[in-house]
Amino acid sequence: MLSIENWINNINSNKRLIENGRWLNITFTFGIGDKDYLFEILSGNVLSINEREILTQSGTFKIYGQKDSWNKHWLKVPPRDYHDIFAMLAKKIIYIDGNLTPFIQNLQYFKDLIASNRDKHD
Amino acid sequence: MTNLNFEDIIGRYFNLNLKKDNYRIYVEEAGQGTPLLCLHTAGSDGRQFRHILNDKRITNNYRVIVFDLPWHGKSNPPEGYELKDYKLTTNLYKEIIMSFCKQYKLIDPVIMGCSMGGRVVLHLALEHCDYFKAVIALEGSDKLEPYYDLDWLHRPDVHGGLVQAAFVSSQIAPQSPNNFKHETLWHYMQGGPGVFKGDLYFYWHDGDFDDRSNLIDTSKCPVYLLSGEYDCSCTPERTLETAKRIKGSKATIIPGIGHFPMSENPDLFKTYIYPILDEIIK
Repeated sequence: MLSIENWINNINSNKRLIENGRWLNITFTFGIGDKDYLFEILSGNVLSINEREILTQSGTFKIYGQKDSWNKHWLKVPPRDYHDIFAMLAKKIIYIDGNLTPFIQNLQYFKDLIASNRDKHD
Repeated sequence: MTNLNFEDIIGRYFNLNLKKDNYRIYVEEAGQGTPLLCLHTAGSDGRQFRHILNDKRITNNYRVIVFDLPWHGKSNPPEGYELKDYKLTTNLYKEIIMSFCKQYKLIDPVIMGCSMGGRVVLHLALEHCDYFKAVIALEGSDKLEPYYDLDWLHRPDVHGGLVQAAFVSSQIAPQSPNNFKHETLWHYMQGGPGVFKGDLYFYWHDGDFDDRSNLIDTSKCPVYLLSGEYDCSCTPERTLETAKRIKGSKATIIPGIGHFPMSENPDLFKTYIYPILDEIIK
């Protein structure tokens, strides 16, 4: 797992990813264990990733799982069932709630955005 | 002509009559020998099998035949398709395949299908065991559990091609070559509206078969099951459970491959399919 700063940098420096998300303006919640992070996205760029401090801070949808599960997802070659967020959802390794329309409309963008925390050097 | 870089595949159209409907079916062929009829996955088309059609190791002994199901690829839907939503039922799927086999005059064919094709060949092994020389179920099982809402696949505020590719990208192994991964996804981006959803009606609901798969007689029709380690739809566990119910079937799990073995990693797939094809015609 990368630092928040490196994760943002990985996303915003990926021109193709930003192009794919260029219609997207949203805040969504990403849960790692008992911590939630709010991703603020404008035209596909991540403006900020901030830890959720009060419950009224909320995203349009929330995708969440345990830290160990995300760490497996972010391995250079993830094991089966951890290699893609829909594989993880199918196995109930992670969960998703809220208004899923923007998530599904931009599904590959969100998959790639989350996977971009993958450490290429493990 | 000698300097032109043609592949061995020949494509043409075949007119299939089924009840009151006429289907204009696109068919590709290569090779000579035992007919090997290949069935593509839900929401895609016969291009998935181009590496099989182009492999002389296979086509020296097999006449490989791949057709696009109606509504898929270059095969038309029947006239009047615009009047109702497409929904692939078990009976329609079986009728199309068996009508194709008979009208195409295939004798003693081997049939190999992937995903929903891997499901329907199990139905055919039970109901037409004297006709098929063997069945090969790629990513095949007799029952699956749905894991997303199919309505996402056909609605005006979601791009059907993009969402289909995004859904099935989860079923491709991370080890598969990038070019073949994206070729496989490209096919999914080109499906007609609601066709993938209509196919999954069979694959996830109407085609369940776990209550009858134990009736298949593999002494009359050998059954082979091949599934990928990274397939999160037809998982290795589901394939192995199916194999347990079909006495005499032979199941293999391929490490480092996903739901589209013949198109996402053809070289790896061939190392597993060659021995099966050799055994069938031994």
